[in-house]
Amino acid sequence: MDSKNLPLTSEPKLTRKDFLSAVDPRWCPGCGCYAVFKTLTGILPTLDIPKEKFAIISGIGCSSRFPYYASTYGFHTIHGRAPTVAMGLKLSRPDLSVWVMTGDGDGLSIGGNHFIHMMRRNPNIKVILFNNQIYGLTKGQASPTTQVGTKTKTTPAGVQDNPMRPVAMALAAGATFVARAHDSDNELLTEVLTAAANHQGIAFVEIMMNCVIFNDGAIDSITGKVNRAETTVRLRDGEPLVFGAQADKGIRLRNANPEVVALSDARKEELLVHDVHRPDSSLAFLLGQMSAPTPFGVFRQVNLPTADGIYPQQQEMDLDKLLRSGTTWTET
Amino acid sequence: MTHDQNVGEAQSSALPGRNTSGKKIEELDEIVIRFAGDSGDGMQLTGDQFTTASAMMGEDVATLPDYPSEIRAPAGTVFGVSGFQLRFGGGEVFTPGDRIDVLVAMNPAALKTNVPSLRENGIIIVNEDAFSARNLEKAGYTANPLESSDLARFQVFKANISKLTQNALEGSGLTGKQVDLCKNFFALGLSYWLFNRSMEQTQKWLKKKFAAKPQLLEANLKVLQAGWNFGNTAEMFSTSYVIRKQETRKPGTYRYVTGNTAAALGLLAAAKRSGLKLFLGSYPITPATDILHELSKYKQHVTVFQAEDEIAGIGSAVGAAFGGALAVTTTSGPGLSLKTEFLGLACMVELPLVVIDVQRAGPSTGLPTKTEQSDLMQALWGRHGEAPLVVLAANSPRDCFDITVEAARIALKYMVPVIVLTDGYLGNGAEVWRIPSLNELPEFTNNLRTEKEGFQPYSRNPKTLARPWAVPGTPGLEHRIGGLEKEDGSGSVSHNPLNHEKMTHLRAEKVARVAQDIPPTAVYGHENAELLVLGWGSTGGVIREAVRKLSSKGVPVACAHIRHLNPLPSDLKDLMKRYKKILLPEINSGQLWYHLRANYLIDIERMNKVQGLPFRSDEIETKIMSMLGGNQ
Repeated sequence: MDSKNLPLTSEPKLTRKDFLSAVDPRWCPGCGCYAVFKTLTGILPTLDIPKEKFAIISGIGCSSRFPYYASTYGFHTIHGRAPTVAMGLKLSRPDLSVWVMTGDGDGLSIGGNHFIHMMRRNPNIKVILFNNQIYGLTKGQASPTTQVGTKTKTTPAGVQDNPMRPVAMALAAGATFVARAHDSDNELLTEVLTAAANHQGIAFVEIMMNCVIFNDGAIDSITGKVNRAETTVRLRDGEPLVFGAQADKGIRLRNANPEVVALSDARKEELLVHDVHRPDSSLAFLLGQMSAPTPFGVFRQVNLPTADGIYPQQQEMDLDKLLRSGTTWTET
Repeated sequence: MTHDQNVGEAQSSALPGRNTSGKKIEELDEIVIRFAGDSGDGMQLTGDQFTTASAMMGEDVATLPDYPSEIRAPAGTVFGVSGFQLRFGGGEVFTPGDRIDVLVAMNPAALKTNVPSLRENGIIIVNEDAFSARNLEKAGYTANPLESSDLARFQVFKANISKLTQNALEGSGLTGKQVDLCKNFFALGLSYWLFNRSMEQTQKWLKKKFAAKPQLLEANLKVLQAGWNFGNTAEMFSTSYVIRKQETRKPGTYRYVTGNTAAALGLLAAAKRSGLKLFLGSYPITPATDILHELSKYKQHVTVFQAEDEIAGIGSAVGAAFGGALAVTTTSGPGLSLKTEFLGLACMVELPLVVIDVQRAGPSTGLPTKTEQSDLMQALWGRHGEAPLVVLAANSPRDCFDITVEAARIALKYMVPVIVLTDGYLGNGAEVWRIPSLNELPEFTNNLRTEKEGFQPYSRNPKTLARPWAVPGTPGLEHRIGGLEKEDGSGSVSHNPLNHEKMTHLRAEKVARVAQDIPPTAVYGHENAELLVLGWGSTGGVIREAVRKLSSKGVPVACAHIRHLNPLPSDLKDLMKRYKKILLPEINSGQLWYHLRANYLIDIERMNKVQGLPFRSDEIETKIMSMLGGNQ
């Protein structure tokens, strides 16, 4: 059942305030989690879904405290396993709007297996990955997305392992909606989270964010206000990939590699035109791997049958008949 | 006895005396027969057919399949031997039997593996054609046992089963391989003749199975009949047997079920009785997978989610429980280890959950296809923090139905996770089961709540201490739960030391109160028994058999079987005190023994076996006699 088609039971119209619990958020001052919380609690009331139909499921970590601060049904589960709980909930209760709040350690390290299987199964669930490239709640260890060279408590000489790319991971696992935003662009956050909310199927959003305490400034080189126009590119469906403060650069494909070109040197037709609805995810995967500039926005949005839609509707059971199926005999 | 229309009328008109061919018919009380061959020889199927035919004649049956963990080990080797043992009798049959009376061996390896279990003067039927030099070598024989005096203490019937099958199918157009695959039905037909079983049920089954393959149907029917005819005409068989009827069963509709099937049906029955949707989250693992298979047949009535791993199996079930379903996960020991962290969460958030552990021999991968009762301590204690939950155990294959219904009833009434322990022996073993009707099942209650007024997520039912079950979708009851400690009543996150202590005690007390639902412990055996044999789980049948045998001879012994392991029955302590001696046999090194002594400070003699095999009745009888001085 499409949760959007349910009759409204909560009147009058919901506002952001209706989605705030009695517990005030307790993230560190300046934490990127606040931006996501503020934006999302602003979007939920606009979706025409009764408040009681929302269920927010989380694992363990800073991001996973999210459910306590929203006044919907919420379940703070165990480390890495939120996708499994969300999956069981959604399959048995397709009428609910189920959201998973996770982080880079929770979702990609301890919960990596659940993550890829949730992506491939395409349940109608929204997965928000708060990526601050560090373990925050355990006070500063390298996570699977920490950049090479970063010094942390467990990597005093700098991280050696290559970081995982969440967008590419989700795409490789077959996710039908994949997007990326960051914590310092509210308009982008709103656009991406709204699109995720409206997608039918798995919706994966990576939100790159700052950890002020243990990894401060890790994404400044990408999302910092001063250079942002040069270091990022916005993905817009049907539009060529153009970026730069003067909108003077574009991306084109050369030998199957994305390449930055000055618009003065290239014809407009040469530029890569973004198409979120391409059935094949290869191009989205390519963009997901790109880092200079780093793409933001929706990488992919295709409609495929959802897991919760595929499972048979449950029917009334004739137990007596069922128990007596197969070979039976009667003794008198 | 009458039969349902899908079965037809069974015949078993044979009486002791002479049959129509003038051969002798002898009467027996019961028989243990074992079909053994290569993994690919269809021995499980043959045994299954023979069991159904026997059960439908009104006889009691108990079965034990025994197969290697390799799917198709090299043909002809002892590693690849697959066996199916069944015992059928006119009276109550509690176990598949200790000693084999009749061995049907399809090759030298099957003979070699099973001869040690054959009783003196027992019957061996061998496929002589399979005793080639190469097969003898593969089985590790240096000389052909059929031509030596090794088998002199048995009655050996050498039949050219392969050749006779080929003869029966001459001109059938089947390939040599297809013909060879029919030979188990020759052995089945011959066994049907030997014990005067009706072949009708098997004929019907074949007609259904090969409805779309008339050539194979005809071939199998022909070979089945050829096997029967061979027994009836070959001179070597002078005698066939019938079973002396002793007991008449309670009126009702019957079927024969394995423990795993019974558990699956129990879950469906519990869903019906509770009026809730059923959800199974599970990951394949031997020997529990058959529950997953069975429920997958009923996807219109149960949401079956084959998860990516054991953790996701229980995680999805916890999610479904949060959403208001009757949620279940099924597994075996290694899987239970992986589910441990989620069991702690389920205990903390106080959601109803049923976990079925079909135990196998461990630790680690251990002996995956062999049985053991060694997960008891893990079920009772295997979690971090103090996380008590309810533990139940089935005592027979058919009890897997009742115990599963009981687990669901308790989980829903008390808002608590319940672990059900069965094992490979119960899960794969089968017996005759009288199918209950819906109104014979226990009443169910649950804690679903929609009332807004005064709602608190961790308020408690004064009798059961259950918290309200307010599921997503209920307007006005939005709340958050999670693994962090909860404040009593409000359910808010709390780090208050006294609150933590209080909640720890409340969670324990809630489990303890389940004891108020446990019926009085039943005792069987001698009225003035001095010795009580206690047991739990799959030793139920063998203990009962040993005690029946000895107490009927006047030996002062009785037995009681515990189905509720946590909490324990409240009458157990007084019951134990009534006996001078207590014996506790377990297929582990003494886990319940440890638990009972810790709880009651009562001396109990333990008896343990950890060979991946069930106890034999004679082992328990010997122990009982030695404890009673041996001169009773």
